[in-house]
Amino acid sequence: MLDWRWDFTWDILPRLIAATGNTLLAAGLGYAIAVVLGLVLALAQRTPYRAVTIVVREAVEFIRSTPLVLQIFFVFYVGPQFGLRLSPWAAGMIAIGLHYAAYLSEVYRGGLESVPKGQWEAATSLNLSTARTYFRIIIPQALPPSLAGMGNYLVGIFKDTPMLSVIGVAELMHTANAIGSETYRFLEPYTLVGIIFLALSLPTAALIRVFEAWVRRKLGMY
Amino acid sequence: MTNEPLQETGAADAATPMVSFRKVTKSYGRLVVLDSLDLDVAEGEMVSIIGPSGSGKTTVLRMLMTLETINGGVIYVDGQPLTHMPKGGQLVPASDRHLRQMRSKIGMCFQHFNLFPHMTALENCMEGPVHVLGLSKAEARERSEQLLEMVGMADKRNQHPSRLSGGQQQRVAIARALAMRPKVMLFDEVTSALDPEVIGEVTNVIRKLVSEHHLTMLMVTHQMGFAKDISDRVCFFYGGRIEEQGTPEQIFGNPRRERTRQFLSAVKEAV
Amino acid sequence: MSYLEFLGQYGDRILSGTLVTILLTVLASMLAMAIALAAGLMRMARSPIVRGVAVVYIEIFRGTSLLVQLYWIFFVLPLFGITLEKFTAGFVAVGMNLGAYGAELVRGAILSVPRGQWEAALALNMSPAKRMVRVILPQAVVIMLPSWGNLLIELLKGTALVALIAVTDLMFQVKQINGTTFLSAEAFGTALIVYYVLARFMITPFMRWLERVMQRRLGRA
Repeated sequence: MLDWRWDFTWDILPRLIAATGNTLLAAGLGYAIAVVLGLVLALAQRTPYRAVTIVVREAVEFIRSTPLVLQIFFVFYVGPQFGLRLSPWAAGMIAIGLHYAAYLSEVYRGGLESVPKGQWEAATSLNLSTARTYFRIIIPQALPPSLAGMGNYLVGIFKDTPMLSVIGVAELMHTANAIGSETYRFLEPYTLVGIIFLALSLPTAALIRVFEAWVRRKLGMY
Repeated sequence: MTNEPLQETGAADAATPMVSFRKVTKSYGRLVVLDSLDLDVAEGEMVSIIGPSGSGKTTVLRMLMTLETINGGVIYVDGQPLTHMPKGGQLVPASDRHLRQMRSKIGMCFQHFNLFPHMTALENCMEGPVHVLGLSKAEARERSEQLLEMVGMADKRNQHPSRLSGGQQQRVAIARALAMRPKVMLFDEVTSALDPEVIGEVTNVIRKLVSEHHLTMLMVTHQMGFAKDISDRVCFFYGGRIEEQGTPEQIFGNPRRERTRQFLSAVKEAV
Repeated sequence: MSYLEFLGQYGDRILSGTLVTILLTVLASMLAMAIALAAGLMRMARSPIVRGVAVVYIEIFRGTSLLVQLYWIFFVLPLFGITLEKFTAGFVAVGMNLGAYGAELVRGAILSVPRGQWEAALALNMSPAKRMVRVILPQAVVIMLPSWGNLLIELLKGTALVALIAVTDLMFQVKQINGTTFLSAEAFGTALIVYYVLARFMITPFMRWLERVMQRRLGRA
């Protein structure tokens, strides 16, 4: 039956906590890429060039409908075939950043579309440039409706980082796997990983809701 | 139209009122919606409730339908307490069983019809008889078709609500409520959400009910002319109490209270 | 080796992997829907204990990673005396994970059925169970169907992880092919396209069709 060993737990906990740092780093870097690249993908679908719009739209659909773990393998292994060697970290960040950029572009798109057409017309009537209209008028209004989605995907990317273990990024899951194969004990490492994820993702989700309310208040939107 | 009675024979004798509010109080937090209301409605009586918005008139119907709890007092329907039941010489909060038994005496039509969108007109009417009363499908269908005939909706029986106009939906809703054979019918602003030109088709159905059937009815309405025509009694609500009540002739022709006069003249000006 | 030669040589394995992926998706979907309905309804129950069980379930499965859940079910559950065969462990993990997300869809959809519908059902004296089954759920299904389309695509993607416990799905097959041939672009690229086709040309049209059927039942075709 079940024998949870506390001495073993205390032994491996420091290793897992150290790996949690890498998990957070991976999530943070990946999210930073996704936030910026996602905006590019969203704006690219609003250009007057139909070809660009269609290609980007299809690419986003493609990325969103295929498994992240497969994309991670693809980015990691296809490079060397053509003489481009990527470190696990680099490949992992590209794959996960791109994957979530596709998701975030949809969030942004929804936010941008929620800004009433009249706002564009008002900006045009004031003779504002397109760039200025976007940054001063449209994006500030598109942001609050996007925040819930952005927050969900921040937690989402954090929970998807274990997939990076498949190409050897030394995050939590990878470390737990290593402990498992060294000691043949799975109960403690896998359970601890689950608890660490829960302990981080639940408060983060709660914090995001608070932040969202704060931004809405700040912008005078309720 | 057959002459089959629309309600089961009543248990209450003529002396006991069909509906009786005794010192009924309702409040939301500190806002008192109904203040110690006493109101009796005799069997077969048609009572209209009028008054400014926020005067608590819709709450009266919603409490009768048990859609709202009450904070104090007792409501009797057909001689029995509605949200309470006698137990050991006292009134205690009603069990689900008692509530269901009491609800079977009451039918209600809503301002926004609330037809079930995933069912046709006929299915809407058959739903209660089959799934609550336990009638066979054939019996329920026969009863529902008769009622749809009476409200003039027989030809649309297989349409979904989304294909019907507001007036048509409301007529189906009336048939649906009647199919349960209630003793008391509640009409909660049933014409308020309708376009002016279709109000008549709904009021005509209610007129027919009044003239041909011996139902007890309570109606909250903004249609003063209609209330005047068909009511046995009109209650003017103001600030959670009955400010004045009487025959339609008296209330509309010779209101005694200043607030009633003000309300009626304000309504007249709006028209 | 040309791509055609690649397909000629490995097409069978890719096809058999695809069939396993489809089977996993179907089984996990059915499990996810059943769990979503049960947990979604329990989440709204009057009893705080029933509600608590549902909340704990939903928060645990939404708060941790599918991969962690999969490993836990496959490697740790046997220590509790529950040994699942790897294929079963695979679709159970995916179904339980997506079921937790689905539970929130069910709850949201039920809450967005207009209040008047509850009231009308009560006015017809329907019992709470009848109100839910006959009046509320049929309307809630129509409301949540579009979101389920997205959820099922997430579920399909989730099944790729079961390759990591050696279930011979599409992901597993192309990983093996890559391991022996180093034809990474061909192997992984083909799998990407197959997943895309399954999501975009099977799940999405199927859900659209289902939405149309349900809309028609509301007479809103």
